Amino acid sequence: MTQAFRRAKGGRIDRSRTLSFSFDGKSYAGHPGDTLASALLANGVHLVGRSFKYHRPRGILTAGSEEPNALVGVGRDDAHYTPNLRAPQVELYDGLVSESQNRSPSLTRDYAAINDVFWRFIPSGFYYKTFMWPKKAWTKFFEPRIREMAGLGRSPKTPDAARYAQRFAHCDVLVVGAGPAGIAAALSAAKTGARVILCDEQAEPGGALLAEPDAMIDGVSAAQWLQGALAQLAAHKNVRVLPRTIAFGYFPHNLIGLAQSLTDHEGERDDAKPRGRLWQVRAGEVIIAAGAIERPLVFPDNDRPGIMLAEAARIYLERYGVLPGQRALIFTAHDGAYRTALALHRAGCEIAGIVDLRPKADGPWVEAARQAGLEVHAAATVTATRGRLRLTGATIAPIKGGSAIEVACDTLLMSGGFTPSVHLFSQSRGKLVFDATLDAFLPGAPAEACRVVGSAAGLASLQEALESGAEAGGGGTRHQAANAPVAQGGFIGVVPYHGDPGAVRAFLDYQNDVTAKDVMLALREGMQSVEHVKRFTTNGMASDQGKLSNMNALAIMSAVLHKPVPAIGTTTFRMPYTPVPFGYFAGYARGELFEPARRTAIDGWAAAQGAVFEDVGLWKRARYFPRGAEDMHKAVARECAAVRQGVGIFDASTLGKIEVVGPDAAEFLNRMYINAWTKLAPGKLRYGILLREDGFIIDDGVIGRISDTRFHVTTTTGGAARVLGMMEDYLQTEFPELNVWLTSTTEQYAVIAVQGPKARAVVAPLVEGADLSAEALPHMSMVECRVAGVPARLFRVSFTGELGFEINVPADYGQAVWEALMACGQPHGITPYGTETMHVLRAEKGYIIVGQETDGTVTPDDVGYGGMIGKAKPDFVGKRALARKAFAAQTNRKQLVGLLTDDPALLLDEGAQIVADPTQPKPMTMLGHITSSYWSETLGRSIALALLRDGRARTGERLHVPQHDGTARVTVVSPVFYDPEGARLNG
Amino acid sequence: MDNLAIPPAAMRRSSLSGQEGGPTCRPIAGGGRFSLRLPPASRQPAALALGLDLEANINRAAVSGGRAALRLGPDEWLLLLPEAEAPAAALAGALPGGLYALTEISHRQTAIVLEGGAAADRLNAGCPLDLDLAAFPVGMATRTLFFKAEIVLWRQSETCFHLEVWRSFAPYVWELLGVIGREYAS
Repeated sequence: MTQAFRRAKGGRIDRSRTLSFSFDGKSYAGHPGDTLASALLANGVHLVGRSFKYHRPRGILTAGSEEPNALVGVGRDDAHYTPNLRAPQVELYDGLVSESQNRSPSLTRDYAAINDVFWRFIPSGFYYKTFMWPKKAWTKFFEPRIREMAGLGRSPKTPDAARYAQRFAHCDVLVVGAGPAGIAAALSAAKTGARVILCDEQAEPGGALLAEPDAMIDGVSAAQWLQGALAQLAAHKNVRVLPRTIAFGYFPHNLIGLAQSLTDHEGERDDAKPRGRLWQVRAGEVIIAAGAIERPLVFPDNDRPGIMLAEAARIYLERYGVLPGQRALIFTAHDGAYRTALALHRAGCEIAGIVDLRPKADGPWVEAARQAGLEVHAAATVTATRGRLRLTGATIAPIKGGSAIEVACDTLLMSGGFTPSVHLFSQSRGKLVFDATLDAFLPGAPAEACRVVGSAAGLASLQEALESGAEAGGGGTRHQAANAPVAQGGFIGVVPYHGDPGAVRAFLDYQNDVTAKDVMLALREGMQSVEHVKRFTTNGMASDQGKLSNMNALAIMSAVLHKPVPAIGTTTFRMPYTPVPFGYFAGYARGELFEPARRTAIDGWAAAQGAVFEDVGLWKRARYFPRGAEDMHKAVARECAAVRQGVGIFDASTLGKIEVVGPDAAEFLNRMYINAWTKLAPGKLRYGILLREDGFIIDDGVIGRISDTRFHVTTTTGGAARVLGMMEDYLQTEFPELNVWLTSTTEQYAVIAVQGPKARAVVAPLVEGADLSAEALPHMSMVECRVAGVPARLFRVSFTGELGFEINVPADYGQAVWEALMACGQPHGITPYGTETMHVLRAEKGYIIVGQETDGTVTPDDVGYGGMIGKAKPDFVGKRALARKAFAAQTNRKQLVGLLTDDPALLLDEGAQIVADPTQPKPMTMLGHITSSYWSETLGRSIALALLRDGRARTGERLHVPQHDGTARVTVVSPVFYDPEGARLNG
Repeated sequence: MDNLAIPPAAMRRSSLSGQEGGPTCRPIAGGGRFSLRLPPASRQPAALALGLDLEANINRAAVSGGRAALRLGPDEWLLLLPEAEAPAAALAGALPGGLYALTEISHRQTAIVLEGGAAADRLNAGCPLDLDLAAFPVGMATRTLFFKAEIVLWRQSETCFHLEVWRSFAPYVWELLGVIGREYAS
């Protein structure tokens, strides 16, 4: 297809190269420098979408990111597909594949356009009322249908093939928007030596200067000045210019989120290169030069394809060399549209007339139009438009009434004036102030170090834009604009159209299909607040954030409620300024890099042995080591038997470790843990319990005294960071007088547990410098020595109930020592075991796991450890809470007990409740719950630990546990199921 | 244990063992590391005993030969020493009152060196600090974040950074640096 609406010359496109692209399966041609919108217009295509609710045919309305209609899906396949892109922002490349949205089967024949016929029956808020009856129809019929109808575009189903990059950056001055004001600001700031970032959402920096054929700046044409200014900025070492970059969010303390598109414009992009980059910029000062957005006029059927904003049409002409149509009617309340009319007229587009809402059309622009022979209808309005898939004509009438004229036109270009883009400023919590002369909200007092310049601050002229930018930049630069007469005017609200307001649809919010009538309905329904009206009508709630509609909606509210606009206020603008693909936020955090996978020094060995791993926090821990076709049950049974009868080896490296060092180390531990530490001799270990201030257990672990002034504290795997943080907190805020220092050593040591009756036989041959005999190294003692040639802290300790050692060696030697132990243990049948076996073995001994037997409401006495409390200590964290009368008065606390099922093969559900009588009426009195439940290979039956009200006094009682499949009968027993005397520990 | 010989180097496997790296990013194997905590009164005797400047400002590294003391806080230094050096005895002699804490962390973390003109930019993919030479000069060292991992970042020259990363976080940091590095491949 030829580009029938492309002019032979003019614009910033490269006519020497032709690009081929497709839209809805049809091929078209365009040029480098085009956007999808400009290329479609060059081919005479205005119809590009169907509206959200009524499925009305819609055309390209704007030339920028504020576009509400021309939302398209782009991508060669599902993995490269992005829905809801704004066609004026999609840069054209050869082979671009695009499609329209929200239509079935095609743009020209859309079945859901039936909604448009029945529009009177689906007013705003209809869904709050219509679907209430019958009740069942909501879930079965209405909701699925509405879900199908709602939303625009289709989400790709394939994982995104693109990669995304992220960067943090700092600068003294961040300039948002590279129009004349922004460039002047960047030049000026750069001159001071400041670090400057200048970002702009478009491919080419320049903003309004990219469509400025007339103005002169500093004695040269605007285009030349722009080229020179950009060259100057590029030469500054301290300036970074980011094109294709949207400042989408303003976060506290001048942190600005930028989304930079990197390869979207390159077509068949290389997936190895990042598609886009998320910048988090911390700026000393932010200069917002975001420009202004032209407002549509609200008149009946103002949404037909062929109806565009006047400035947008001028941009398509001047920047892309494209005519919007053959015969254009201009409808305006602003001088800018006259400029468009004159330019189009010169370019050969017939002007069907200029309809000016203003009572007196005069001034230099109007004069120029009249001199060019254009017909100006002052104090007139457009009361109707015609044409289904493309505009064919409109009706012009005097505002005061009188005879109407029908004009034929394929294009209608409207302008209600310009709304300063205050979105970012509003996001920064800066207050907006209404300016009655401009009918606009302007930036008021800032809440952050930021300034607003140019037309975003309501400055209309090029000279003011340049001056405000240069001044904000602080470099004392000056610029002189010439041949750039200011354009003025504006209108907000519904234009007079002489019709029955209930019988016409004049669109306010094109993207959400909200009409002026909907706002009036909301007011009739009793909504008074702008926030209520917004939610009732959904005006301004589409992804375009009401860029085009907010002011007109406010004006309607103002007129109906007889209140001035500032008394109604405005809604808050939310981020993102324009939609940002999720991939930008995900960045590198996908797949394996989503989170750090923490692995121990022995992980590689375990993986090679076929271990099955489980996640414990960020750690990967070997859960069991299946042999052959073993399932977990069989593997764990075998591993348990090996530890009880022979010897097992276990990787305990993930245990948290904290080195507590200093003359006051013992005193510090006295104050933190419930236990007494002063008399613990060097070379001895003690099991410690840590409470929160409220008296409940938060962590536990074995603590070894290395010397008078040095303790080796262990914590739970998941509690390591929390406990260190808590200790530092107390040390710095409560006990600053203590001379003690804390260092995390979790990762310094690999910890290898060798457990079982044959443990000593395995370890002893590898040890130098220590006697492992029961006399020299009894249970709960430690020694520094060498194991397999490596310096080690050797703990005689057991979490299995068997004779056991935990060998702490510097982590890089962990695998070598583990392999030496495996070799040494081979003759003894040494068996690696995982966390599942560890859990069973400790449960057989009634050892608790913090977080399993405890849930943040369990005291030491509840789990039978009350005796560990150092009674003589003046204080420890949680002591005062435990001494409260409320605790003492509680006679019915849950206590740790063991439970045995009548049926030894039955495994209780963890978390199940315990009741005395399962036939009692509901709600039943619940006595407690199961905390741990395992098959014990050692005992040949199931065992369970539970927290039970007054549990210790209930020993021997028979209770019931409702299960997912029936009720189990249980007997309360001691939580220590195996070797209660501890004879095996001391072997 | 200080006086015993160190085990053979072949036994020592860091979490980045087997990673070769390239000219702009490579792991540094081995080395000795200690966390040293000192109240002000202990600073001078400790400095004499160690032969390291401990008066440098916070977040600055003092280097002497192949040894470095990175001051990470008012009372905290990270000592990077040759593997064979054991400073415990010297410190114990210099500070008989025991007003200090020396904890060996040689194996707690491992090191990565990032070099080249893009080094700061690569780090800023996941490190939120301002790495401009004026804000983060040569010799500066600090604890910071790289994505979800805590690191110690030390600028050794305008274009060379030394990263200390906890053992189990090192593969995560290494992989990310690799992915980011590919953005600079021509």
